[in-house]
Amino acid sequence: MELKRVVITGLGALTPIGNTAHDYWEALTKGVSGAAPITRFDASKFKTRFACEVKNFNIQDHLDRKEARKMDPYAQFAMVVAEEAVRDSGLDPEKLDVDRIGVIWGSGIGGLQTFQDEVIEFSKGDGTPRFNPFFIPKMIADIASGLISIKYNFRGPNYTTVAACASSTNAIIDAYNLIRLGKADAFVCGGSEATIYEAGIGGFNALHALSQRNESPETASRPFDRTRDGFVMGEGAGALIVEELEHAKKRGARIYAEIGGGGMSADAYHITAPHPEGLGALSVMKRALQDAEMNLNEIDYINVHGTSTPLGDIAETIAIKQFFGNHAYDLNISSTKSMTGHLLGAAGAVEAIACIFSVQNNIIPPTINFQEEDPEIDNKLNFTLNEAQERKVDVALSNTFGFGGHNTSAIFKKFVD
Amino acid sequence: MSDIKSKVTKIIVDKLGVDESEVNLESSFTNDLGADSLDTVELIMEFEKEFNIAIPDDQAEKIGTVGQAVEYIENNKK
Repeated sequence: MELKRVVITGLGALTPIGNTAHDYWEALTKGVSGAAPITRFDASKFKTRFACEVKNFNIQDHLDRKEARKMDPYAQFAMVVAEEAVRDSGLDPEKLDVDRIGVIWGSGIGGLQTFQDEVIEFSKGDGTPRFNPFFIPKMIADIASGLISIKYNFRGPNYTTVAACASSTNAIIDAYNLIRLGKADAFVCGGSEATIYEAGIGGFNALHALSQRNESPETASRPFDRTRDGFVMGEGAGALIVEELEHAKKRGARIYAEIGGGGMSADAYHITAPHPEGLGALSVMKRALQDAEMNLNEIDYINVHGTSTPLGDIAETIAIKQFFGNHAYDLNISSTKSMTGHLLGAAGAVEAIACIFSVQNNIIPPTINFQEEDPEIDNKLNFTLNEAQERKVDVALSNTFGFGGHNTSAIFKKFVD
Repeated sequence: MSDIKSKVTKIIVDKLGVDESEVNLESSFTNDLGADSLDTVELIMEFEKEFNIAIPDDQAEKIGTVGQAVEYIENNKK
């Protein structure tokens, strides 16, 4: 059976540094940090009191009040980016076979705020259960994909991928595979996350996963820097319209890039720590390249997972060196989490968008905030430090790794008919 | 407008996103005000909270209009 080619025909993003895909990309190329003190709740007693919040955003500009009230912020974010991507792609449910258009959405956690607030409310009472009827449908991690299908009448395959910080790369790879196999014509895929609440910051603080550089939020996410001390929590969403090539051509859609391949693997090592030699990271990049039938030296850019945690950045760098050999020194590497913070289940989607724009524009967005070399990291690698670099980018690889030891890599390449 | 009706109206306007002028004693939550079954459950819960009463399920099932809600609350408030 001949596999179909799969392209990207629409993008949408809502991030701490830009509220549309194009604004996000512009901020990425300028090296803007999205970190600032937390405004969402009183964080004064928390070890970490800053995060990368979405800014200048009012859901009522996008959804009517009644509709929005029944959605957790993670689902609201999903609806906003899905709309941007659907509009951007020109997908018209009235003119297409909606049974062949699906939604695959990633979220690491789902409706954390809803869960937190409902349980707080319950605990204030005398034990009489008075749970809101919308509690469960607002909170569950799959509701965003359901809501998107309801809005656009897309009746194709529909589900949610949950693999912590790899979730939305899984969504993209699943969409790619289903289209390749001829099971659908197009998908709205991506992911969203909204965890800058007491339970999110407190929970990740307890894991010692978050940076505590409260005196300088905007420089706290500093991947590969010797003084990095954890990731900075982000929030937001990214959506991609992933479409079968002939279907896209037939309707005259604009094509941003082509999906080259995808890989998935597990560390099988520890619930939160990465494998120290990056074994899972190495095997997932290898599988992505095999899937794409590409050689090592065809990769121009790696958008790394690079969360700015002490262990993760070392393990990923080891894996890149080991896998790519000498070519590791020729390619550009960057962690856009230095700017956006870590969007958890949405990270894969927004970083895929960074790769797609990079391929389209031949620009590598930087790793900002680098100051001091870490003796445990090979600084001869080109981490695209502090400023964007121009180079021809034919192929970009996006790595995402999640708690639980889930690893996913996706490859995006220039579209050549 | 009675105090109870005005409080009930306020809850309905807030939860169903309708205009205050649409809310009459005769208005049916589902037929006139666009509520689905989950919205109706939520309204009953909000009435319970606002008026500090408990509305048993078998009674709640009989409350389908604004007037029926106001009447039930008037008869059962503490």
